[in-house]
Amino acid sequence: MNSGHGLVVPLEDVAAEAGHRDHPPRMGFFTDTSVCIGCKACEVACKEWNLVPDDGFDLLGMSMDNTGMLGANTWRHVAFIEQEQPLGQQEAGVAELPTGPSATEQTAGVVANALRQAARGGGELGTSPLQIRPSPQELGMPSFQRPGAGTRAGTGAERRTDFRWLMMSDVCKHCTHAGCLDVCPTGALFRTEFGTVVVQQDICNGCGYCVSGCPYGVIDRRPGDGRAQKCTLCYDRLRGGLEPACAKACPTDSIQFGPLDELRERAAQRVEQLHERGVTQARLYGADPNDGVGGNGAFFLLLDEPEVYGLPPDPVVPTRELSAMWRYAAMAASAFLAAGLSVFLGGRR
Amino acid sequence: MSTSSDGATRKHGSREQAMVPEARFRSYYGRAVLKPPVWEWKVPAYLFAGGLSAGSAVLAAGADLTGRLALRRAGRVSALATLVASTYFLIADLGRPERFHHMLRVAKPTSPMSVGTWILAAYGPGVGVAAAAELLPAALQRTMLGRLLGQLSRPAGLSAAVIAPGVASYTAVLLSQTAVPSWHEVHPQLPFVFTGSAAASAGGLGMVLAPVAEAGPARRFAVLGAAAELAASRLMEQRLGLVRQAYTTGKAHQLRKWSECLTAAGLIGTAVAARRSRTLAVISGLALLAGSLVQRFGIFEAGVASTKDPRYVVVPQRQRLNEEPHRV
Repeated sequence: MNSGHGLVVPLEDVAAEAGHRDHPPRMGFFTDTSVCIGCKACEVACKEWNLVPDDGFDLLGMSMDNTGMLGANTWRHVAFIEQEQPLGQQEAGVAELPTGPSATEQTAGVVANALRQAARGGGELGTSPLQIRPSPQELGMPSFQRPGAGTRAGTGAERRTDFRWLMMSDVCKHCTHAGCLDVCPTGALFRTEFGTVVVQQDICNGCGYCVSGCPYGVIDRRPGDGRAQKCTLCYDRLRGGLEPACAKACPTDSIQFGPLDELRERAAQRVEQLHERGVTQARLYGADPNDGVGGNGAFFLLLDEPEVYGLPPDPVVPTRELSAMWRYAAMAASAFLAAGLSVFLGGRR
Repeated sequence: MSTSSDGATRKHGSREQAMVPEARFRSYYGRAVLKPPVWEWKVPAYLFAGGLSAGSAVLAAGADLTGRLALRRAGRVSALATLVASTYFLIADLGRPERFHHMLRVAKPTSPMSVGTWILAAYGPGVGVAAAAELLPAALQRTMLGRLLGQLSRPAGLSAAVIAPGVASYTAVLLSQTAVPSWHEVHPQLPFVFTGSAAASAGGLGMVLAPVAEAGPARRFAVLGAAAELAASRLMEQRLGLVRQAYTTGKAHQLRKWSECLTAAGLIGTAVAARRSRTLAVISGLALLAGSLVQRFGIFEAGVASTKDPRYVVVPQRQRLNEEPHRV
């Protein structure tokens, strides 16, 4: 927030900054994860409309999530997190059931270990199939006995009382200060009149810089195709006056599409409402125009810390240090030139 | 979910103790938060070749002005050869190599790759003309073209030498302006590591190719560069927080240890023995070249490692938030 150059200040009008005149309001997504039911209609609708190829048909063991991450071939990704705690004052209904101890943590640990062996640490998810062959792991299931029987606590009914499922449909954040857009050397990535960030497929030459420029791990290069791919916020549909495919398909309005100003207002009200109802963990992610990326065009209501959903807790656009980085480079370059000159001054040998 | 117990004492550097507390953090099934770079070995290879070309261009220009013909020839020819190699590495690493010229559509100050494209575009012609003049067969030197090349070679070589520091240093910004923790966090020191490494390798190549009598400037360039590289590289590691573990463990650590040994050996050999024997000069020069090459791969690998493990993203960011409680 310091350094004071124009690339990092909060930006009122991103489309105008990019040179659009008489442009429509900035459009975006508000994804309210508190009403997500994990149906994955958004994932499917996105693939259908945008003709996004499959990313492998792995069974990942991440609860109901077999997609894993956003990537070149996944522009909407529904995350599933199982937790042994209540959701607000909701009754989980497991207290009376002979459930036995939870295996959630154990399975999560198995998945984490397996991902560590993957070529890209699981970063390939959403882009290409996992290339690991994890050794068989003991999960304690399935058994031929009644669930919970044979555990130390007898029926086990008293062992587990709370359960909640966090589900969250992730998407490109369409940042105000977009790392991918800043570093793109060809101009393939551009800011649309709607304030969104889109890759022009006829321009991209697959340099891969955007992949490392994104602080969220969203954009990736598609193997075989060679170009960078990510959510376009259905640029084609927007231009035709339609809402994006994922928002259209969402049956619970967890994905809300609209002018960003309206969405931010609505989101603030929703957080207040949830707090009143006892869901004190509800918080917004990416809605603050003063954060490290100047706020997101696609922001979220979360029920736990961002990292639990695989999101960076405090992302900062790498461009923020741009002038400092060039200053250091200029110092090093000067030293290099000075050294080059001085070595010829020291006599004939 | 997962934790690291790697913060314990390590042998060298007493300041390291108790600096990195065990990092407890939460993550999504231990999955990477960032996408690991899609770049392959060609990118660190380019970092090496580009730096070597820049250093060689500087040496060639100095040799030209001070009448060291063999060093000039070695510098000009190797500056071009390594620039050609650089161009190959850069284009071959693209997802769509046939579209490499799309880089020339725009000039974008926020993109170090765009800036670098234009630096290379300005650098290349000078290197090309100077090397062409050097390589022109004697029979052609008296033709119109030969005389023109002869006259242009000095200004061309000088123009390349003036732009060369940009070629050697911009690559540090290229890596640092990413969300890759190991590359971004070292942005104050990385340019010095890279320019030092470039000078060391170019000096080393000059010692390999030019006779001992003419290679004095190459030796001094190598010594200055190697010393700067070693110092900056050490400093870079010391200044890091948690991300240092990406540099001090695994493949990156091994590569960087090798680099340090090779560069230090080359430095000592150059300072002590390279003046006396061509053989020792060649050996020292090769050690410096290898040290520089391995350095680039080490830094590259540290970056890749820091994207695969979510703790390098989550832990520092979470700490930052805890220190600034007004933000979520």
